[in-house]
Amino acid sequence: MRAVHFCSSCGKVQPPVPVDYFSFFGFPRKLNLDTAALEKEFYALSRRLHPDLFAQANPEERAFSLEQSSMLNDAYRTLKDPIKRTEYLLRLEGVEIEEQSKQATEKARATGELKKQVVPPDLLEEVFELNMHLEELRTQKKMGEDDPALLEEIGKAKLSLEEKYDALFNQLKADWDRWDKSVDDGTEEDRRKILDRMLDVLNRRNYVRNLVRDVNEALE
Amino acid sequence: MSSDHIVGIDLGTTNSLVAYMQGDSPVVIPGEDGLNLVPSVVALDENNQVIIGTAARRYLIETPERAVYSIKRLMGRGLEDIQDELKLFPFQLAEDLQPGEVLRIKIGERTYTPPEISALVLRQLKRNAERFFGAPVSQAVITVPAYFNDAQRQATKDAGRIAGLNVLRLVNEPTAASLAYGLDKQKHGIVVVYDLGGGTFDISILKLHDGIFEVIATNGDTHLGGDDIDNLLIAIALDDIRGDLGLDVRRSGEAVQRIRQAVIEAKIALSSQPSAKLDVDLPGGKKYQREIPLEAFEQMIQPIIDRTIGPCKQALKDAGLKPEQIDEVVLVGGSTRIPNVRRLVQDLFGRVPHTDLNPDEVVALGAAVQANILGGGSEITKEMLLLDVTPLSLGIEVAGGVTDKIILRNSTVPASATQYYTTQVDGQTNIAIHVLQGERELARDCRSLARFDLKGVPPMPAGMPRIEVKFLIDANGILRVSAREQRSGKEAEIDVQPSYGLTDEQVENMLLESFDYAEEDFRQRQVIEARREAETILTALAKGKRNSAWQELTGEERRNVDTLEKALLAVKDGDSDDYHAIREAIDALNQATMHLAELMMDTAVSTALKGKAMDETDLEEGPQAGHPVAKADFE
Repeated sequence: MRAVHFCSSCGKVQPPVPVDYFSFFGFPRKLNLDTAALEKEFYALSRRLHPDLFAQANPEERAFSLEQSSMLNDAYRTLKDPIKRTEYLLRLEGVEIEEQSKQATEKARATGELKKQVVPPDLLEEVFELNMHLEELRTQKKMGEDDPALLEEIGKAKLSLEEKYDALFNQLKADWDRWDKSVDDGTEEDRRKILDRMLDVLNRRNYVRNLVRDVNEALE
Repeated sequence: MSSDHIVGIDLGTTNSLVAYMQGDSPVVIPGEDGLNLVPSVVALDENNQVIIGTAARRYLIETPERAVYSIKRLMGRGLEDIQDELKLFPFQLAEDLQPGEVLRIKIGERTYTPPEISALVLRQLKRNAERFFGAPVSQAVITVPAYFNDAQRQATKDAGRIAGLNVLRLVNEPTAASLAYGLDKQKHGIVVVYDLGGGTFDISILKLHDGIFEVIATNGDTHLGGDDIDNLLIAIALDDIRGDLGLDVRRSGEAVQRIRQAVIEAKIALSSQPSAKLDVDLPGGKKYQREIPLEAFEQMIQPIIDRTIGPCKQALKDAGLKPEQIDEVVLVGGSTRIPNVRRLVQDLFGRVPHTDLNPDEVVALGAAVQANILGGGSEITKEMLLLDVTPLSLGIEVAGGVTDKIILRNSTVPASATQYYTTQVDGQTNIAIHVLQGERELARDCRSLARFDLKGVPPMPAGMPRIEVKFLIDANGILRVSAREQRSGKEAEIDVQPSYGLTDEQVENMLLESFDYAEEDFRQRQVIEARREAETILTALAKGKRNSAWQELTGEERRNVDTLEKALLAVKDGDSDDYHAIREAIDALNQATMHLAELMMDTAVSTALKGKAMDETDLEEGPQAGHPVAKADFE
């Protein structure tokens, strides 16, 4: 169901009703999304909701337009990005992803401890080795030394991480298909399982992304 | 024609302009001096009369302590972040300035905040437009650098209000330029706008699609521009003078300003010549002379120009684009006339940049287009819509002095984010929120925008209240905050303390003073101008009556003209300040003398055809003076 943005009889902009971003665009709560259609809809709604069109309107309509168009922009920004879209769906379905990590971050900062991230078990060995190499590289840099063999090792590890990063995204896309199917004919239990798996994939992906960032920083 | 023209204003570091949409095309409104550019210079003369623009420039040299320029650099800034500016610019801070107070600048014996100084420039532009339309102007679109933060935007909006303008919208300068540029073309594709002005640098990347101008990424440096090139050249000249002539003129405001004028002229000359000469008269009769070859100039300024590379690369990265995906590059700002700036842009984006629009005027023209859109649009603008972004991330300070970003940079505006807060102590009724802007991790490295105090939280056990705070960046790029306690449903009261900038009350006070003055001003100017026009038409009529054409009129026509002439004389010399009455009398007389003017024109033409010497005064003053102004039509 698409949300009602305009009055059906007079066509005037209406105050926003609390809807989710998918409904705002009239899309089902599915993760495979036609981004071209999304963009088209975004432009079409922008042409009717943007505050520029209400500069001469009364204060009430101006306020509605401001709220509606900020919601439109927030929704578009979230849905057009595959990762943000997935995270948003998880939150909509009651999976608290950001809250947890944010709480953990704040707690770590307040106590001054380094935030501990759980290493995915299958990455344990690789990460351990990589961290040793990175430590070595930092020490060498301080001493002004240069070890081509070490750089090659790190380069290889980086390449392998980037491959994993891409593979995780493909895994996520496979889960999208499962999710979309379960929306039509799955059980609640099916859906829970898929949500949990997507959360796991996202967490691993974040972890790998942070590793790649660390490597890049060390190489700079 | 209606009296509610909405104008577009480019409030620049060096020059300012006002433009409006004339039919299908935006045009710049010239000042009384016939010039499109109004230098953003404010001076006080010996009688403390405010002088603006070209006329104020002379004071920069004669009485530098009574004049100020490049005030845009100080808009929305605090004492601690203008230390560099104070070293390079002759800004005199008010001696009684308190820490945390909005900056006040001394001009002569008076002090003004930066928004007030900008308001004086805006008022001049407003007057120019009013003179042009013959009607009051009260609504405007004003442009700001895309990379301006919330405080700088707010200060610009305040300046508009102080000048008696309802600022309908702040538009980012590069975006405005793209509007002017894309107006008469059905454009599609990715456009880069590179805007290097007097004091600021912006880079914006837009996607043009069926009249929608969607900004994808923007970046910049609000303290990088032609001013920096001038200051570098001044520093070199001062060193030269000390070395070669054994003179230290760094403390002489007059000498520095003379050098500044000379280097600016040289800089401009070098955009079209292979070399330029500096020739400055110094106090004490000495002369400083130096030849600057283009090559040396380019080498000197390269480090400044190179500072634009970082923002360009970041914007490309944020947009997720490679240089080869850019379809067109547009240059904006006077500093893009410098040859090596053009080369740098061409190298960065692999495209020959467009230079067909005047880089000094294109921003004002675009502002006029946006003004037209906001006024309801016209045939040419009705499909146009601007979707701009916020240049900087918005964040909240969380435990440990860390910035938690809640709206990321390059988000399309309006944009919003909702945060939930609770209390830490039983019965706590206030919650403090610190709002930040910037990309850095730590709160102290970001720009402090404001501290919000949520008041009137119903007393409850700690952790019980759930206060929803909504942060919304509006289409001007300015933050709005609202809060609601969800359990009680009560609107929480928000006490805003802007970290930099004027409170509403302060603006209101400045506004009322200058507003009263401006209204009175407008009326008086109208009276003076109407009287001047009456003089002109009466003189022309006296001349016309001596022309043979006068005798060709019927007796009734002549009597009618005589009556209306007396009527005009009466209102012109009367005590009343009613300029409408004078204008009506002028109109009536204009109508009545139409036939006379035609006859005089015929005489002049037939005289010319006969090959006789023409009486120039007849041709010049006769028909023209009979209808000296089309302005009255606007009333």
